[in-house]
Amino acid sequence: MITLALRMLFNDRAKYLMLVSGVAFASLLMIQQSGVFCGLMSWTYSSLRNLRAPIWVMGPKVEQVNDPKPLRDTDVFRVRSIDGVAWAAPLYTGNVQGRLPNGNFKLVQLVGLDNNTFTGAPGPEKFLAGSLDALRLPNTVIIDDFAVQRLSDGLTHPDGTPRKIGIGDVFDINDHEARVVGIIKAYRSFTGGPYVFTTYDRALQYAPPTRRMLSFVLAAPAEGMDPAIVAGRITRESGLRAQTEAEFRNETLFWFVKNTGIPVSFGTTVLLGLIVGLVISGQTYYTFILENARSIAAFKAMGASMSLLVRMLITQSVVAGLIGFGIGVGLSAGFGFLTAPKGQPPFYLLPEILFGVGGFILLITISAALLGIIKVARMDPDTVFRG
Amino acid sequence: MSDSSTAAIQISHVSKSFGQGQALVEALKDVSLEAFLGEMFFLVGPSGCGKTTLLSILCSTLKPTSGNVKVFGTDLTASSNRHLTRFRREHVGFVFQQFNLISTLTITENVSVPLLLAGAGTGKANRLAKEALDRVGLGDKIALRPGKLSGGQQQRVAIARALVHSPDLIVCDEPTSALDSETGHQIMEILDEVARDAKRCVIVVTHDPRILGFADRLAEMEDGRILNITTGTAHAAGLGK
Repeated sequence: MITLALRMLFNDRAKYLMLVSGVAFASLLMIQQSGVFCGLMSWTYSSLRNLRAPIWVMGPKVEQVNDPKPLRDTDVFRVRSIDGVAWAAPLYTGNVQGRLPNGNFKLVQLVGLDNNTFTGAPGPEKFLAGSLDALRLPNTVIIDDFAVQRLSDGLTHPDGTPRKIGIGDVFDINDHEARVVGIIKAYRSFTGGPYVFTTYDRALQYAPPTRRMLSFVLAAPAEGMDPAIVAGRITRESGLRAQTEAEFRNETLFWFVKNTGIPVSFGTTVLLGLIVGLVISGQTYYTFILENARSIAAFKAMGASMSLLVRMLITQSVVAGLIGFGIGVGLSAGFGFLTAPKGQPPFYLLPEILFGVGGFILLITISAALLGIIKVARMDPDTVFRG
Repeated sequence: MSDSSTAAIQISHVSKSFGQGQALVEALKDVSLEAFLGEMFFLVGPSGCGKTTLLSILCSTLKPTSGNVKVFGTDLTASSNRHLTRFRREHVGFVFQQFNLISTLTITENVSVPLLLAGAGTGKANRLAKEALDRVGLGDKIALRPGKLSGGQQQRVAIARALVHSPDLIVCDEPTSALDSETGHQIMEILDEVARDAKRCVIVVTHDPRILGFADRLAEMEDGRILNITTGTAHAAGLGK
């Protein structure tokens, strides 16, 4: 009977397509919007993904990685002196204007790494061209792949055709020469400025001077020590604030969740997807039940138990829901593949999104089936004898 | 004719009312009758006389307000809904006025429904459904959907569905009202054969005078009461047949 129930649904092409389309559209809306939301949120802590260090030390009032409160240069030594710290290195991060060969200005995310150790620098696997060691040469920077798109304005081949910025090209940062010696693949920054890596001292020359310039101190625990314990010790003994990489990432993420309208905006769309899915599939399925009311009453008259009818209705609804969900996932993944090369809009499809939306779809389909079940439960088998 | 040794259906002093107070409608008033295996029993009368309500009660889709209904020894008035559902599944075959075939299924699938409800496997159900369709002369149309068939063919599918699980009781609600005279006659011949050859009790509700000659016995109803029960031949003679 379950197979027959499914054939009843599949052979009613119009209703079936409407039901599946409704669920597919709802799934697409929820998955795509959640994916873009997660992608956008992942941009908020890009610096933490591009610069890897077990412990981040910052000013006591810092709330998130994109808004450092400058420290004194001597704070690096204070951190190094704390028991349990294996190493500590200075880091500068800030937004500065880069001037392109055509005179145009573009905002860049400047990163100054420790002059000697380049602590926190992206690993060799991230390099698309050039090398980290080339940063030891004067006036040199390493740019990310996004900078190749953003900083190429006005660059041309000898024959006048446009070209992309590459190794050896020069642009200005705050009237200082910046020669490109490396290109890396980096996570996009939330502010939209491409990452430009250089040494700490050079970053201080590029950036507009302020009384304090040190953004963060990157540190690591001694071998065998828990980063959280060492971070706690740094906080207690230095008066600064130290967090593990994971803690700081979560804090940054939740700062954006709490202080921006982004979650509400995306949440509203996801909610709309849920409502649209519920309304379309609920209404379509209810119409399907109404149109088959006499057949269902005939089933009841012929001796179909209520539990069998419930199983038939739930199977019809859930199977249509799962097919719609599958199509929705496929379309969302297609969207992800299409946008991945440009990285815009950001799309980060977590397994949790799929499980969550899958749960919502199950809720939608069972709710739709429930409408039908209520109708069927109230249906007397002798309805079939009445006009 | 009827096997008078055992009554297949015994209805005693059955009343059925709907609604209450000012809106109370007494559909059946103190109705009693018996029907036998191998008998074709007709319930006739004008619209609203209570014949469909009586049919619903004797096939257990409706419970009477008072009185007793025994079908094949089972007291339907004392049975739970669950038991009644099983009773219908095992003992009753239905032929509806509007056929009630599922338009999105093939006629084989439609006919297999009672067997599937009884727990038969799909393979067995399809095989028996095809045999039943063959019996009603539709063996060459097993893969078609109801919409591709004429009204008479659809009613034959409905009869195949009613017979496929070999029930003892077949209830037919206006089986010929949607059919032309010749097709209606063919349908009644099939039902007649079912009643006589297979020793089943066939109850037919109708107000189609063209088929009254098929009745072994016939109960005339009016205002929720049985006015009289006559033999089919006597009634046909009365109609000038």
